[in-house]
Amino acid sequence: MSPDIFIKAAPVVLQGLQLTLIITIASFLLGQLLALPLGLARQASSPLLRWPAAIYTFLIRGSPLLVQLFIIYYGLGQIPAIRNSILWPILREPLYCGIIAISLNSAAYMAEVVAGALRRVPKGQSEACISLGISRRHRFTDVLLPQVYRELLPNIGNEIILVLKSSSLASAVTIMEITGVARAFTARTFAPFEVFITAGILYLAIGFAFTFLFRLLERRYGITGTRTPAPEASA
Amino acid sequence: MSVILTYLPHLLQGLVVTLQVAAGSFVIGLLIAVLAVFGWNFGPLPLRWFISAYVTIVRGLPELLIIFLVFYGGTVLLSGAFGTYVEVNALTAGICALSVVSGAYLTEILRGALLTVPQGQWEAATSLGLSRMTAFRDVVLPQMLSYAVPGLGNQWLVILKESALVSIIGLEELMRKGVVAAGATHSPMTFYLTVGALYVAITGVSTLIIGAADRRAARGR
Repeated sequence: MSPDIFIKAAPVVLQGLQLTLIITIASFLLGQLLALPLGLARQASSPLLRWPAAIYTFLIRGSPLLVQLFIIYYGLGQIPAIRNSILWPILREPLYCGIIAISLNSAAYMAEVVAGALRRVPKGQSEACISLGISRRHRFTDVLLPQVYRELLPNIGNEIILVLKSSSLASAVTIMEITGVARAFTARTFAPFEVFITAGILYLAIGFAFTFLFRLLERRYGITGTRTPAPEASA
Repeated sequence: MSVILTYLPHLLQGLVVTLQVAAGSFVIGLLIAVLAVFGWNFGPLPLRWFISAYVTIVRGLPELLIIFLVFYGGTVLLSGAFGTYVEVNALTAGICALSVVSGAYLTEILRGALLTVPQGQWEAATSLGLSRMTAFRDVVLPQMLSYAVPGLGNQWLVILKESALVSIIGLEELMRKGVVAAGATHSPMTFYLTVGALYVAITGVSTLIIGAADRRAARGR
């Protein structure tokens, strides 16, 4: 391991930083956005809502993200109707496919967490709301959601780290994010340790930055006294 | 449909390799985790720091990056040692990389399970004259593992799905067989859906087994 390759590897790996951040943040936000309706559907009283959501989360959580990514990027192009649709300019682009796959995946894991949090809200609260004459809409937006999301802040912080790690899979569909540029650099220079270690340090740094950000949010908005969830792995 | 049938034997061969990779890395990861938890409890302070650093760093890195590091790094080391180009076997590289990854997560799981074993068990075991080593191996470890069944099961599912990443370095497991079939027949949708269904089938069966194992483990509690 020579130090000058470290110096050469750093700017190369940094080239991938922007794409990694774009994929991570876009997939994270989209995933969170989809997780709420999915989580609500998981908890709905109507089986017409509950079953499709249950099947969706089961299928997504039961198969590898790589397979889902390949279905979206390579698979959808097989269907002529999709190639001729207005969605094709989006589904043709590996970057958009990466973001779609990772966000659909993250939404399934997050939906289960949201459903769990919804289940933990005491029943007495909705009764209290009804007796106070609070409308259904405000019961949802002003009573239910703030509690659920304040409780889930640690889980959400955990999820963004998982999405960050998933973003490396985008390199499998030709996207030159951090892992992609690191692999290409290795092929050229044959110095895998320097470039992959530099890439690893960068991933750890981004992860620490996100963790720090969520610590701040938790301190500001989190519910004091709630324990942080046991770290759970998912892929 | 007939296309799928033609390639089904290949896919099933790949499935066997997938199970080998997953089982191999799970077992080695579990060994790493048991040693790490043992070291965490009885080892000197620097060892505890090392174990903490291992768990934190590995959990913060993408699995794909670790696979690349082991595969390309191993190739460079071996080529250096033998003086000619020697490529690391993808199966070995995949199992090594995923063992390191699952070892870190399993260490966390076992560390959590250890806390649920009552302190009195240690005291009872040592007061009966068992050495700390024997007390750990024969008294605490079995109880710890029984509490850890849901966590261990979850990690098994994770490793099963992560093993698909090893296809990127060319190991002929289920995912890679799917990629080959998709390329040969120009019908990616068909084959990626089939591969996905096979993964869902093995994770589904695994979930049922884990549930049964947990009920069995809970009998003694």
